[in-house]
Amino acid sequence: MEGNVVVSRRSIDGFGVSPYDPEEAHVLAVDDSLVDRKVIEQLLKISSCKVTAVDSGRRALQFLGLDEEKSSSVSFDGLKVDLIITDYCMPGMTGYELLKKIKESSTFREIPVVIMSSENVLARIDRCLEEGAEDFIVKPVKLSDVKRLKEYMMREVGFGSENNGVIHKRKLQESRDLNSSEPSVTSSTSPSQLSESPSRSPISSPSVPSSIPTPLDSPIRRLKMTNTG
Amino acid sequence: MDKNHLQRQLEMKRSLLDQGYLDEQFIQLEELEDGDNPNFVEETVTTFYANSARLLQNIEQALGSRPIDFTALDNCMHQFKSSSTSIGATRVKKECTLFMEYCEAANAEGCIRTFRQVKQEHASLKTKLENYFKLARQGGTSAGGHAGRS
Repeated sequence: MEGNVVVSRRSIDGFGVSPYDPEEAHVLAVDDSLVDRKVIEQLLKISSCKVTAVDSGRRALQFLGLDEEKSSSVSFDGLKVDLIITDYCMPGMTGYELLKKIKESSTFREIPVVIMSSENVLARIDRCLEEGAEDFIVKPVKLSDVKRLKEYMMREVGFGSENNGVIHKRKLQESRDLNSSEPSVTSSTSPSQLSESPSRSPISSPSVPSSIPTPLDSPIRRLKMTNTG
Repeated sequence: MDKNHLQRQLEMKRSLLDQGYLDEQFIQLEELEDGDNPNFVEETVTTFYANSARLLQNIEQALGSRPIDFTALDNCMHQFKSSSTSIGATRVKKECTLFMEYCEAANAEGCIRTFRQVKQEHASLKTKLENYFKLARQGGTSAGGHAGRS
């Protein structure tokens, strides 16, 4: 998975006019635990992402410029956010509440949001996916999880939130092959996916072609494979 | 003849893994070390111990108050368990899980007893990791085997 794929994505979306490094995606990481922030930061850096790590949902909203109800299409320091990854259990505002606020925002609801949690509670996972979360990762987060996240960042841009709704419905209703191995096949196909922009038809069809990552595998797979919270 | 440092370091790590002190997560952290962050694992572990001292103190205080606020206890321990998990501290994590079960059952005795075990495992791992990092430094490598700053 190479950073140069991001360049074509940027020109499709025409979203950010502010300065950015086309080689690297920018992730906003939210976790109240200092240790976990350090780890997620390094995981993302190793995966060629720029990271902004904050310790609360409140600060995340401030960074996005949402806290004061200001409408701006980019965060205040001019960096577009390509993905938000947040812990679920946080004092004050939970990751779920943060997710809701982001999805309620017309400006930011297109940003994929991933929830992390040390507990693999199915009801919690369902609730997050229903609210529009892209994925739910049971901690500890691994390098393979982050690799998968990069798929979301490339897939989501330029497509309306309507797509997100369809994707999530499909994620909940379909039972996927729970024993499937990591979707490494998707990383090799994502560059071609961008040039073909096949997003519309695969999403409406009931079966998921291999060119679209199957994030549903991930929370369910983690459920099966994780022994404790 | 002494085995070289790297060999001893690997054996020490193997032993820590086999005895369940550490799990795969620790290995994952080592894989995250690179040229820019050659001491990432040791730094993270140091952060963990600095942070957890405070959390453990909060738990200690909460256990000492009457009546015991089990919800607050559970929240505190949740945080501590979360960071323990992030560095791969398996035995510590197990005691945390047990502690939280006692919290849920509002079993004060169970909490107090288990907390002693939590602290014990926490301290024991600290010593072992200190030895491990010391060995790594002496060998001129970081924990992950990178040629790093000693």
